[in-house]
Amino acid sequence: MKATCWMGKGSVEVRNVPDPKILNQRDAIVRITSTAICGSDLHLYNGFIPTMKKGDVLGHEFMGEVVEVGHGVKNLKVGDRVVVPFTIACGNCWHCQHDYWSLCENSNPNAALAETMMGHAASGAFGYSHLTGGFAGGQAEFARVPFADVGPLKIENGLSDEQVLFLSDILPTGYMGAEMCDIKPGDTVAVWGCGPVGLFAIKSAYLLGAERVIAIDRFEYRLTMAREKCGADTVNYEEVDSVTETLIEMTARRGPDSCIDAVGMEAHGHGLEYMYDRTKQALMLESDRPLALRQAILACRNGGTVSVIGVYGGLVDKVPLGTIMNRSLTIRSGQCHVHRYMRPLLDRIEKGEIDPTMVITHRMPLGDAAKGYDIFLNKEDNCEKVVLSA
Amino acid sequence: MLHVKKGVTVNRPREDVYQFWRDLENLPRFMQHLEMVEAADGGRSHWVAKAPGGKTVEWDAEIIEERPNELIAWRSLAGSDVRNEGAVRFTQAPGDRGTEVHVELLYDAPAGRAGATIAKLFGEEPSRQIRDDLRRFKQVMETGEIVRSEGNLEGAGQGVLKQRAAQAPEAEARP
Ligand SMILES: NC(=O)c1ccc[n+]([C@@H]2O[C@H](COP(=O)([O-])OP(=O)(O)OC[C@H]3O[C@@H](n4cnc5c(N)ncnc54)[C@H](O)[C@@H]3O)[C@@H](O)[C@H]2O)c1
Ligand SMILES: [Zn+2]
Ligand SMILES: [Zn+2]
Repeated sequence: MKATCWMGKGSVEVRNVPDPKILNQRDAIVRITSTAICGSDLHLYNGFIPTMKKGDVLGHEFMGEVVEVGHGVKNLKVGDRVVVPFTIACGNCWHCQHDYWSLCENSNPNAALAETMMGHAASGAFGYSHLTGGFAGGQAEFARVPFADVGPLKIENGLSDEQVLFLSDILPTGYMGAEMCDIKPGDTVAVWGCGPVGLFAIKSAYLLGAERVIAIDRFEYRLTMAREKCGADTVNYEEVDSVTETLIEMTARRGPDSCIDAVGMEAHGHGLEYMYDRTKQALMLESDRPLALRQAILACRNGGTVSVIGVYGGLVDKVPLGTIMNRSLTIRSGQCHVHRYMRPLLDRIEKGEIDPTMVITHRMPLGDAAKGYDIFLNKEDNCEKVVLSA
Repeated sequence: MLHVKKGVTVNRPREDVYQFWRDLENLPRFMQHLEMVEAADGGRSHWVAKAPGGKTVEWDAEIIEERPNELIAWRSLAGSDVRNEGAVRFTQAPGDRGTEVHVELLYDAPAGRAGATIAKLFGEEPSRQIRDDLRRFKQVMETGEIVRSEGNLEGAGQGVLKQRAAQAPEAEARP
């Protein structure tokens, strides 16, 4: 089959690789109809996530048709149309049973490696380095789906691929980012990053009752999407001296009640602070550049919540812990517990409360994946989200 | 003398976890270095372990103490090449957290060839091997089998260096 392979830093290629095979009884094989490129894939592409191997099949946002099931899968049959959550979870362990699916205790065969780096391991995930298990991903014609009796969501209502595809990751992720803010009436929520995850976080914050959402980015076309499609007020961080001061002033010095970091480890910025982080990252003295996170912490109202859904890989510098402590801030974070949100968000899509297709700007065949990565990375041609059809 | 202690929490009732372990013939399902355990009468058993170079080492053992749902202790019979003993304790984890499993193993590696074989059997970090085995035990108990990925066809316990790229295996490489 054809699959998008990681060939080294800054290089992906669509190559011929062996078709997936059932390796466990609870596996299914899915023939992929639609798949997408995620901001998280860019961290792999740019070489910031360790333990990638040349030839790894990428992709963790995909859906399609079941073509084979293992003996242990009773709830799916050949021909079923499914969306697959990007985190792999067994459904049996304590964390799965307590709705912490991205912390599944069994789905990561490389948990030992992850424990060495992080103390404890998180779950397995598709196409996301060997730290999350070394599972082949879904930017391909077919994928093997472990624990297929637990993860995949059947789509039986005639909704199109584009309407439901993002239930695999970015819609639940944006939603969880907003949910972690524990939004109360009258709340102002600030969202760093107007990528697809940021846009879904804005939309979700309103669905959960926010009074006002302020979105921060530097690409005017993305800020326009945040305003026009999601109803946010916007700040272009290249046009203000200080994002923190701007937000504090916009809220008459209260600060946003909660702040969502939908940027992650490769934040961009200006001046000395950005140079400092870029240099430390290049020298491998710091694995992540937490520029957006620092601003979110500083801007947040006393006693407010900072919700971190942008991905971080390792260590960061100069996180103002004193601010967090003295101002009673709460930090919440996590890889999305996708399984928790798929069904309720499908309901919201069916009811017309949210239209996930709003983020799609580019559609291409799987064979053009390399071009898709390039356009999405460089934010060319007003690119917000690339969907590949296999 | 190798002395290893490791634990794991399993989200299953204590009786189930105990029962599975008490059937010693189940051990090779999650202990990577074991090829086979054959239970015989009187709490005796015959063990076959994989050794480097495709060889095997074998010994006989007996259960020396047994308290249902609490403890199983065993020891190799006098005269075995590989003198070893082990105990596994099962306790109720707090709240709804299932069962704690605490394993203790003692291997006496004799001087000479057999000793060298034992050392190799357990690699340089025996505690790591036991930890991996317990992780596999947990997977079998909770999910029904060892979890495999394209990069880790054998499941947990392969060093990073032995891992393949995350691509499906060719048909013949299937485990
Ligand atoms: N937690 C999860 O489960 C999960 C799931 C999916 C994605 N993510 C992460 O979410 C993040 C965003 O993903 P995406 O697909 O939207 O990516 P994206 O690359 O499309 O968007 C990131 C946006 O952040 C903006 N940005 C960069 N630096 C900034 C700064 N200092 N201040 C404000 N904005 C800044 C960029 O201009 C860009 O528009 C990534 O880190 C991704 O890995 C997390
Ligand atoms: Zn993603
Ligand atoms: Zn689990």
